[in-house]
Amino acid sequence: MSGDRPWRPRVPPAAVLRRDGARGTDVLLLPERVVVLHGSGRAVLDLCDGHRTVDEIAGLLSAGADETRVRHEVAAFLDRLRTEGCLR
Amino acid sequence: MTTPAPPWALLSELTHACPLHCGYCSNPLELTRRSQELSSAQWADVFRQAAGLGVLHTHLSGGEPLLRRDLPDITRAATDAGLYTQLVTSGDGLTAERLDTLVAAGLNSVQLSVQHADPGRSDAIAGRRSFDAKRAAARLVKERGLPLGINVVLHRHNLDAVDDLVQLAVDWRADRIELANTQFYGWGLLNRAALMPTRTQLAGAVEAVDRRRSRLDGTLDITWVVPDYFSGRPKPCMGGWGAVSLTVTPDGTVLPCPAAATLPGLDPPKVTDRPLRWIWEESPAFNAYRGTDWMPAPCRTCERRTEDFGGCRCQAHALTGDATRTDPACSLSPDHAALVALTRPDTSPPLVPRRPTARAVPREVR
Repeated sequence: MSGDRPWRPRVPPAAVLRRDGARGTDVLLLPERVVVLHGSGRAVLDLCDGHRTVDEIAGLLSAGADETRVRHEVAAFLDRLRTEGCLR
Repeated sequence: MTTPAPPWALLSELTHACPLHCGYCSNPLELTRRSQELSSAQWADVFRQAAGLGVLHTHLSGGEPLLRRDLPDITRAATDAGLYTQLVTSGDGLTAERLDTLVAAGLNSVQLSVQHADPGRSDAIAGRRSFDAKRAAARLVKERGLPLGINVVLHRHNLDAVDDLVQLAVDWRADRIELANTQFYGWGLLNRAALMPTRTQLAGAVEAVDRRRSRLDGTLDITWVVPDYFSGRPKPCMGGWGAVSLTVTPDGTVLPCPAAATLPGLDPPKVTDRPLRWIWEESPAFNAYRGTDWMPAPCRTCERRTEDFGGCRCQAHALTGDATRTDPACSLSPDHAALVALTRPDTSPPLVPRRPTARAVPREVR
């Protein structure tokens, strides 16, 4: 999509990332849309500042864990959100 | 009884007043007077209670919410409560100054109604010169970086313009367009024969939407709301009665769906009388059609009962006189043939413009 430059995902300014106390989870709010964030979803999105690449985000989150697996999971999660129009 | 899951969304109908006179208006025949409207302090309380209950989104709607002079206070109260706000407006009155005060109050997004892609025909359907104001409002919203949705209620008088409407959304740099085939409630039910599209029109519109979707490559999100009179499948009423969202009307009446005020004996509670949590979890009105236990045949044993919830209670009542019957929009409903007959009106009478009350509506239309 972005040619030879790596994607640097960014939560769009119109979106709101917040805690949902009633459901005990984190959520990403957009017009007409709620994305319920399970597991480390919130931690991933907090790193999506438009500067870090997907690999850099995965690297920061994989400390000590299986880095290949984390990279795969983070990329799949972010791709899905981009396909759904929730990330740029 | 188990506690129902928390609601996600609140439709805040701030006023029934509106500068437009759309014949498809789904608000009730008798509108709430301005003197009966909740104050901004009362709305602030509603938002706090709703957020405490689990609501995440609110639509600030009407009528035309811009007619509330205290809309910035109301918007601020909603954002302070943590709600994601969307202004649902005709665009009439959305000046730069007005929008700036709303953005400063934390407004998150705007949804703008359009009646037709052609300015003259849009104004004719709206019953007011308003198209130019809408175009200007769209530009102001985008200049401020807010997400913009366009919503269009579709019917006989604009269904042929679907392709042009999508182009309008592209030209106005909208993020979303909602193409919602009209549903027949409130004033719109009076105009059913005048609004009813033809099957040929619908087929053309579906084709245009498919063509546009395949070409746009995700730059514009297109939502197509199917016309349930034609699809043979009932719409999943509000995602289930008392399951996803709630509506607070201008006078504080709390409803499981915006049209539910028409149901006899529902006795909907008011936020001025009862806590919102009690209303959502315990009130008879919100439990009347919750879940599947209330269902008659053929819904009770239908494998789709947890997908469409037997369709719309208000439509079942409007068409059969019994809110517990299967929605006649369902091809399995014993009343389906009568509904299908309504899709082939003998004549298409003129559209009667919206007025605040049904009194003085010509008898032949009623």
